Amino acid sequence: MLSCYRILDLTTEKAFMCGRALSDFGAEVIKIEKPGGDPSRFKGLFPNDIPDPEKNLTWYAFNANKKGITLDITTEQGQEIFKNLVKTADAVIESYAPGYMDSLGLGYKDLSTINPQIVLTSISGFGQEGPYRDYKDPDIVVRALSGMVYTAGYDDRPPLTVSYEHSHSLGAMNGAAGTMIALTHRVHTNKGQHVDCSAQQALDVVCSAEMEGPYAFFGQVATRHGNARAAVTLKDGNTFYNVLLWPCKDGYIALNLLLNPSAAKNNLSMMEFIKKDGIDIGFLEGWEWDKKSWEDMTLAQAQKLMETLGKFFMNRTKSELLKLAIENRFQLGPCNNAADILDYPQLKARKFWKEIEHPELGKSLKYPGGAVMTTYGYVGIKHRAPRIGEHNGEIYKELGLSSDEQKALKKQNVI
Amino acid sequence: MDKKPFEGVKLVQLCWAGVGVYTCNYLSHYGATTIRVETASRPDPVRQFAPYAPTNKPGEPVGLERSAFYSITHTAPEMDISLNFKKPEAIEIFKKLVAWADVVAEGFPAGVMDKLGLDYEGLKKVNPQIIMFRTCGYGHTGPMADQPGFGSILTAVTMMDNIVGWPDRPPVPPSTYYTDQLSPMYASLAIMAALDYRRRTGKGQYIDHAQIEAGLNYMTPLILDYQVNHREMALKGNKSDHAAPHGIYRCKGNDRWAAIAVETDGEWQSFVKAIGSPKWAQDKKYATAAGRLKNSDKLDKLVAEWTVNYPPEAVEEMLQQAGVGAGVVASAKDIDEDPQMNYYNFYREFEHPYMGKLRYYHPAAIKLSAVETAMKRPVLIGEHNEYICTSILGMPREEYGNLWQKGIFE
Repeated sequence: MLSCYRILDLTTEKAFMCGRALSDFGAEVIKIEKPGGDPSRFKGLFPNDIPDPEKNLTWYAFNANKKGITLDITTEQGQEIFKNLVKTADAVIESYAPGYMDSLGLGYKDLSTINPQIVLTSISGFGQEGPYRDYKDPDIVVRALSGMVYTAGYDDRPPLTVSYEHSHSLGAMNGAAGTMIALTHRVHTNKGQHVDCSAQQALDVVCSAEMEGPYAFFGQVATRHGNARAAVTLKDGNTFYNVLLWPCKDGYIALNLLLNPSAAKNNLSMMEFIKKDGIDIGFLEGWEWDKKSWEDMTLAQAQKLMETLGKFFMNRTKSELLKLAIENRFQLGPCNNAADILDYPQLKARKFWKEIEHPELGKSLKYPGGAVMTTYGYVGIKHRAPRIGEHNGEIYKELGLSSDEQKALKKQNVI
Repeated sequence: MDKKPFEGVKLVQLCWAGVGVYTCNYLSHYGATTIRVETASRPDPVRQFAPYAPTNKPGEPVGLERSAFYSITHTAPEMDISLNFKKPEAIEIFKKLVAWADVVAEGFPAGVMDKLGLDYEGLKKVNPQIIMFRTCGYGHTGPMADQPGFGSILTAVTMMDNIVGWPDRPPVPPSTYYTDQLSPMYASLAIMAALDYRRRTGKGQYIDHAQIEAGLNYMTPLILDYQVNHREMALKGNKSDHAAPHGIYRCKGNDRWAAIAVETDGEWQSFVKAIGSPKWAQDKKYATAAGRLKNSDKLDKLVAEWTVNYPPEAVEEMLQQAGVGAGVVASAKDIDEDPQMNYYNFYREFEHPYMGKLRYYHPAAIKLSAVETAMKRPVLIGEHNEYICTSILGMPREEYGNLWQKGIFE
């Protein structure tokens, strides 16, 4: 759908996902890395944990679909080449420390002088302006300052960040949306603009309703409650935290336990299954699911309900519970890991996974398919991520650089 | 000259809860004329999510217009028409809206719109150029198409409930409805791309957005690692594989914490200087990343012995000034007072007829240099029934009155 757009991608690993998303929708995205390879290629996940810049799995994941060229934009010659590329492009995306592009003479003002229609999208931890502009923005720090960490974890231990670092990708994905908004605006104005996306803001939106609602009305500060999240008030005035994640026979499941009349049918039907397993449901035998909710339950009753559900789940595996859920519309789902998700029936039925050839590994790998399915223009992965400088020949030829000139630039370590 | 990006784009949305609403916000914040179709008997469930603004009189029912949750998701200008789809006249009005619209976005489980004859084929008959965007938990085909999709469950399905936790305890959720906020960026991009494509080709289209499929696109490295190395990601608490110290450290005060990440050897030297160059920190075993990672348990204890003497704001300031990543583990109070968020004016306050003054209406997490984000308090159910019928659809006022009496709007 977006094949008419050329995007120059100067992002660091924090924002690879921005260009990847735009390329999923068909845009021509040219990843520009420094000669010898982007620093991110040398750390992270590799086959057998043996570092190899051409076998980095995070690079594979978020630079697939892109073309790749090497160019040192810190040299004068490199900057000239970059500026020539800007003349051919619709947008530049970057995630350097705020101000770095300006210091190279490649800030928005400089780029818009070369090409007034260019969109520059800058993605960072905290934004291009303001008191935190120059803050170091590692994943854990951005996540902590956004509010996401304080409410995650157990109350007897420190709050928790993520073991899988991906917080910056929320800023990156807003960068993709922001780039498209600016390209749409250009239709009216015939001018580009500067797009400023911060991961802190994107993450704050995630926790806003849970944290800011209670604070706005009642000055309440939400805290952390392990596997439970939502607070409910019981009949006896006690606050109870509705358990979200439950252990089962071979892992965990998530349960969206709604105790209101709209969920009565599902809850009743689940009770029948629990009884069939020989579990005593106690006071729940005569419970009027269609009339009662948390406010009608005492703390002792709420605890009995938890105990009953806990026993039921521990009797069964994730896949048994998934089957029950599909057949009976129980609002629960398995906490999948990678093995589970590759085998997940719904995704198989939708032919979601896409096999991508990796000659350097001697095999193909399954990638998640597109984020949407559309009637015009395939959305999703098309080919593997570029090797270092894989498209130098193609792109530099287009710019009019002869192969001798390219050789000279290579010798000078510009490309 | 002052046109907004989506000026002239007409969006009809029948979206519930998180994903569809957040998705449409990206367009409505930037100029799309947006009409929400929603009734009091089948309201957006978020309207019934606590916390509620207190009522004016004791015993007065809370109703559907006092949820802070709803006002935090609905921050873009929208109009609302409360069409009762049980009445054929309401379907007729809806079809007129389809004829008027560029985009119809809906978030029901698969099948709901189809039963009303309002699937893509049905809409195309009314408006051949329409873009129909549908979002649901699992996608509109396959054995789970008609299952309701709650973010709290989809987070588990998409592996995201297995990424936060201690090695010795069960995992904890990263948030309650994580996929609700992760999948809309892809969804909005899809609508924007479809609009762009239509502008150039004249062709509308159908977009099927499965929240789990969008969510899984964030998880690709872990899925590749499993295939290549046959391993699942292990929970690490707050540790990192490549940096130490890296963690959440207790500070002075009640339940106060700071995040610290020392990512390079240079940053370690700056860190040591910033904490006053204590003797233990001179130990050579801490001079390299490999040494610090090897001794990270001991190191975490020593760092916490320093942080506990200061409030987290002081830790943040001292370390960031030294060029080391550090930040307050922000609570609701801290984010409210956060200087950076307030610099960006990220917590807007609006007057609401039922809730009074309320803070925390968020713009998009995008700042554009050439256009402001348009914002408004959440729309009330049926607030624009008359305006939409008479001014947008050109219905005579008398006809509108008759339909109103017949219970077409509720």
